[in-house]
Amino acid sequence: MTSYYRNAIDDPPLLRAAFTTMAVTFIGLFLLLPLVTVFWQALGGGLDAVWDAITSHDALMAIRLTLLTAVITVPLNLVFGISAAWAIAKFDFHGKSLLTTLIDLPFSVSPVVAGLVYVLMFGLQGWLGPWLRDHDVKIIFALPGIVLATLFVTVPFVARELIPLMTDQGRAEEEAAISLGASGWSTFWRVTLPNIKWGLLYGVLLCNARAMGEFGAVSVVSGHINGLTNTMPLQVEVLYNDYEYVSAFAVASLLAFLALVTLVLKSFLEWQYADEIAATHRH
Amino acid sequence: MNSGGSMTLAILSNGTRKVRRSILPGFGLSLGFTLFYLSAVVLVPLAALVIKPWSLGLDGFWNVLTSPRTLAALKLSFGAAAIAAMLNTVFGFVVAWVLVRYRVPGHWILDALVDLPFALPTAVAGIALSSLYALNGWLGGPLSHLGAKVAYTPLGVVVALVFIGLPFVVRTIEPVLAGLERDMEEAAATLGATRLQTFRHIILPALAPALITGAAMAFARGVGEYGSVIFIAGNIPMRSEIAPLLIVIRLEEFDYAGAAAVGFIMLALSFVMLFAFNALQHWMGKRQ
Repeated sequence: MTSYYRNAIDDPPLLRAAFTTMAVTFIGLFLLLPLVTVFWQALGGGLDAVWDAITSHDALMAIRLTLLTAVITVPLNLVFGISAAWAIAKFDFHGKSLLTTLIDLPFSVSPVVAGLVYVLMFGLQGWLGPWLRDHDVKIIFALPGIVLATLFVTVPFVARELIPLMTDQGRAEEEAAISLGASGWSTFWRVTLPNIKWGLLYGVLLCNARAMGEFGAVSVVSGHINGLTNTMPLQVEVLYNDYEYVSAFAVASLLAFLALVTLVLKSFLEWQYADEIAATHRH
Repeated sequence: MNSGGSMTLAILSNGTRKVRRSILPGFGLSLGFTLFYLSAVVLVPLAALVIKPWSLGLDGFWNVLTSPRTLAALKLSFGAAAIAAMLNTVFGFVVAWVLVRYRVPGHWILDALVDLPFALPTAVAGIALSSLYALNGWLGGPLSHLGAKVAYTPLGVVVALVFIGLPFVVRTIEPVLAGLERDMEEAAATLGATRLQTFRHIILPALAPALITGAAMAFARGVGEYGSVIFIAGNIPMRSEIAPLLIVIRLEEFDYAGAAAVGFIMLALSFVMLFAFNALQHWMGKRQ
């Protein structure tokens, strides 16, 4: 009767087949099909049309702005993430759990609200609006606003990977290094960083994907000026609303390709460094 | 607390408390920078949102909130997010179950695809869903023959939110499901429980907190979602106009206070709901 015993905790074949079919159909219809559509619609106009759309002046400026925004925001949030994780994981202080909750706050705020708060502060009728206008400083409808809105929505990514990871690792190794006379910086570079590097990369990867793809927050502060304040996702919207479907999907396919690269890198990081990342994988 | 390091309280055997300072450096610097950065980027700007609506006066604020258009938008955003979260809880459970328990061929592709909504920019998802479900689209055509219209209706909003919310549920359940001890299920089976009874009494209670957390995260994300929704929703006022879009429209009319009022109420409602989810989770944890 050993076979009966084994089957007892396995699902009946019929249920197994039903669940598998359901999962595959669901993922196929809701996730795979939209992805396929993007490439299909882009290529519907032929490769030349895709190339022309991607290399048009406005599209190139949008690509430049998107890269520029990511180059500014990702390192800032990287430094913030390390700093927050160092304070929270290596020391005890009152209000630690409140601080951890506040760091996650941007995840429960609508991206549109993330853009709105900066308009309320720096917009023409905002708190600092008149002062900024008198001093000829442009934040809203310009690069600084786009950077700020992107920072807001991407603040938690690196921190939320590092905090649980560094908390799990404890402080014994760093304390040993310090006791042996190492300076704070060299302890960080030689002891802490090698221990957290994969978790760090993982957070940076997700942060970068969001920074390049952010739409709601950026759309509120950008003003949609063609060739000037449109990031790639905004360029997709502008083209789509102008019924330039092939161009819209061509730029979109570039973003979708970026998403695929992100997914492959993410799988690679998870597979290769499961141990270090397992502790941090909480979403 | 001075900048040298944090203080650790240790209670000695005779009951007196002794302060032990961590020997690691950088507490003042790292905490100071963290608080400064978080305040500058997140907390101070959010304070602006809390303060601005009151410039309308209490009556003005109330009028914005109770206007039919605001109420309809809030109802759609919260209602569609709730329906999508429920659908995602069911399907997310099935997907997580298949990923963890069955070794299907192409397992890693399914696994990677689950994260697609995290990686794909929402505007791209939005135009893709819109073209799929439009009347001349791959899915919209066949569905319209069955009498179901998805694009440019509230149903379209639900479809977009199901797309955006799925990974939250799957990724929350997965580690819990993978960590379940199979001994309990074996014990239940040897004691004569059917598979359904084992599921109902052993697996589901262990999984419930993760299911609730996942549903709450999908719900919170759905309420505020903008990019993937606006293309497929059609944005007809009073019918398929979501609350975040109403904020954008008010801003375009330079009605900052009106926009802030809608943003403020969305934020407040989200907090109330997340608090309720936490309380529910706490209560279920106690019951076990």
